[in-house]
Amino acid sequence: MNLKELLEKRKTAITKKWFDTVVETYPSDTSRFLKKQKDPFDNPVGSTTLQGVEGMFDELLGNMDQEVITSFLDPIIRIRAVQAFSASKATGFIFFLKAIIRESIKDEIRQNQTDELLSIESRIDELGLIAFDIYMSCRETLFRIKAEEEKKRTFSAFERAGLIKEI
Amino acid sequence: MADDLAKPDELLSGIGHKPPKTGWMDTPVNIRKGMYCYASNPKSVDYLGLPNARQWNPMEEDWKLPENWKQILHEGFRERLDRFRSFKVFMDICVRCGACADKCHFFIGTGDPKNMPVLRAELLRSIYRNDFTLAGKLLGKVAGAREMTFDVLKEWWYYLFQCTECRRCSVFCPYGIDTAEITIMGRELLNLIGLNIDWIATPVANCYRTGNHLGIQPHAFKDMLDFFVEDVEDITGVNVEPQYNKKGADILFITPSGDVFADPGTYTCMGYLILFHYLKEKYGFDITWSTYASEGGNFGFFTSHETMKRLNSKMYAEAKRLGVKWILGGECGHMWRVINQYMDTMNGPADFMEVPVSPITGTKFENASGTKMVHIAEFTADLIKHGKLELDPSRNDNLKVTYHDSCNPSRGMGMLDEPRYVIQNACNHFYEMPANTIRENTFCCGSGAGLNAGEDMELRMTGGLPRANAVKYVHEKHGVNMLSCVCAVDRAALPALMEYWVPEVDVVGMTELVGNALILPGEKERETDLRGEPLPGMEEEE
Repeated sequence: MNLKELLEKRKTAITKKWFDTVVETYPSDTSRFLKKQKDPFDNPVGSTTLQGVEGMFDELLGNMDQEVITSFLDPIIRIRAVQAFSASKATGFIFFLKAIIRESIKDEIRQNQTDELLSIESRIDELGLIAFDIYMSCRETLFRIKAEEEKKRTFSAFERAGLIKEI
Repeated sequence: MADDLAKPDELLSGIGHKPPKTGWMDTPVNIRKGMYCYASNPKSVDYLGLPNARQWNPMEEDWKLPENWKQILHEGFRERLDRFRSFKVFMDICVRCGACADKCHFFIGTGDPKNMPVLRAELLRSIYRNDFTLAGKLLGKVAGAREMTFDVLKEWWYYLFQCTECRRCSVFCPYGIDTAEITIMGRELLNLIGLNIDWIATPVANCYRTGNHLGIQPHAFKDMLDFFVEDVEDITGVNVEPQYNKKGADILFITPSGDVFADPGTYTCMGYLILFHYLKEKYGFDITWSTYASEGGNFGFFTSHETMKRLNSKMYAEAKRLGVKWILGGECGHMWRVINQYMDTMNGPADFMEVPVSPITGTKFENASGTKMVHIAEFTADLIKHGKLELDPSRNDNLKVTYHDSCNPSRGMGMLDEPRYVIQNACNHFYEMPANTIRENTFCCGSGAGLNAGEDMELRMTGGLPRANAVKYVHEKHGVNMLSCVCAVDRAALPALMEYWVPEVDVVGMTELVGNALILPGEKERETDLRGEPLPGMEEEE
């Protein structure tokens, strides 16, 4: 069995561990809730995270299609970009996967499979870079929204005061 | 941003992914940019005659508090326990079952345990136990008690302004504890030592002086409505000029000033003008606007009971001066909680007016017999039910609409079906969000109770996440592109929320949809909706 097949087989256990580790970046009272509540509308953070890590894991072993990866990664980063995380903490959960995979296969991995492992890890690095791009675009959106709101308020104040004449 | 960046040594030392585990009392408050609103402008505090007006900044160590601030809070606490039976009961009866813990949009969105309603209430309860109960005095921390310190005060300020008083938590409390009321009391106490935010204090001062939150003077208020009259005439060919300050009119109309000055509320305002003109032409409806009672909202509600009462009384003073029979209220959120739950015993009953009766259908609004104020959704739903409005819902066919129950009309007055009935008669494509996110379970917009400022954008985005998440679902499932609501704060807050989470969805007020659909007597063929966008089928003629 090659490494990919092995990881495929262990998908459920690995993604569960990855999900648990990600939600443990929240305070313990919160992570308990994020793990327990299954309704996606009562627990958008937990369900988005779970869906996201599962989807990303499939792509990691699959085609690494950037669009598909973004569709799973964007919702997670979009949430973490407005929560109490620094940039590194908001995106760094991607790299948790390296340790989880190493731990999961440490007994089976053979010398000739290290290349395969390194290639998987490079793919994880790629996920990390995509996460960074998404994080930046979320922060930029946030700043743009702030700026637009201010601009609108100032503009309407001028308009109200009769200081603006449209052509 | 840059000041958030971790230093290399911090990155190395912070390699473990779990945050430190400490008890909530031992977890110090970390006031974070983007999560709080600027402190109140001293001029506004001074204008209202509220205590300790001065320039201060929550990020600085010195909050410039009065020297005896602990004593002021202690006495204020005692006074309120004596005055408000509910407050005393809510302090005593919580068994910390946790039913409310995961029901708060701020907890769900921020993941900060201190936003669990039970913990937010514990901020006050811990001091209550320490100061006013024997067990707390004797056993201290074991009994969940702690002394008031500056750090505790910071926690109060930070978290009491991370609650929108939406009351979703109270729906799930087996004891019926209304955590919003605890926030209300907490904020009232903070105001005793001058710890308000400016997004509340300045609107309140403006409203007290000019009659509305934005400080719009009467002539400017009329100017704005004149603009809308021109716009509506361009679109429909009909002049919908309203009446102002008319003594002896049947009905006084009061709406939040946001509808007059902030998009997309302005289109809702055009909807009001169209509706009232239609009713005047068809049935001789006699309604007046007031340039003095030009605010339905009441940010006094987020300051103190007394301040709320002062602002509320202005509306009724104007109704008395004009001699109207009753008041029709526009689309607003907390305005209706103030009217429905406080007005009657605060400034009412308004016996100088009559129990509201629709002059068109004859329906008597018994529910408003004390306050004499009827919600425009009830009023319009009644008109539609009696077949009094000629509507062409196909004009809204480019919209796939869902409805956000604004917290206060839904949980504060039980108005769940009327807006839906109106919207479904004004448009053909309507889709509900999942059941646990609407009606009495509705998720807040995340910006209510005075938190819709620009500087607390992260707070607004996290608080609004559960709502946006449900909108995203109906957008993806049904192609919903319009989020309707009956609240001016929603109309101001939700566009930014949508832009971040579901940019394909826009925001609309109920009466804007009615304004689009209503066929005015003598109107020309409409080519655009009230926003100037081509109507369905008119796109090619552009």
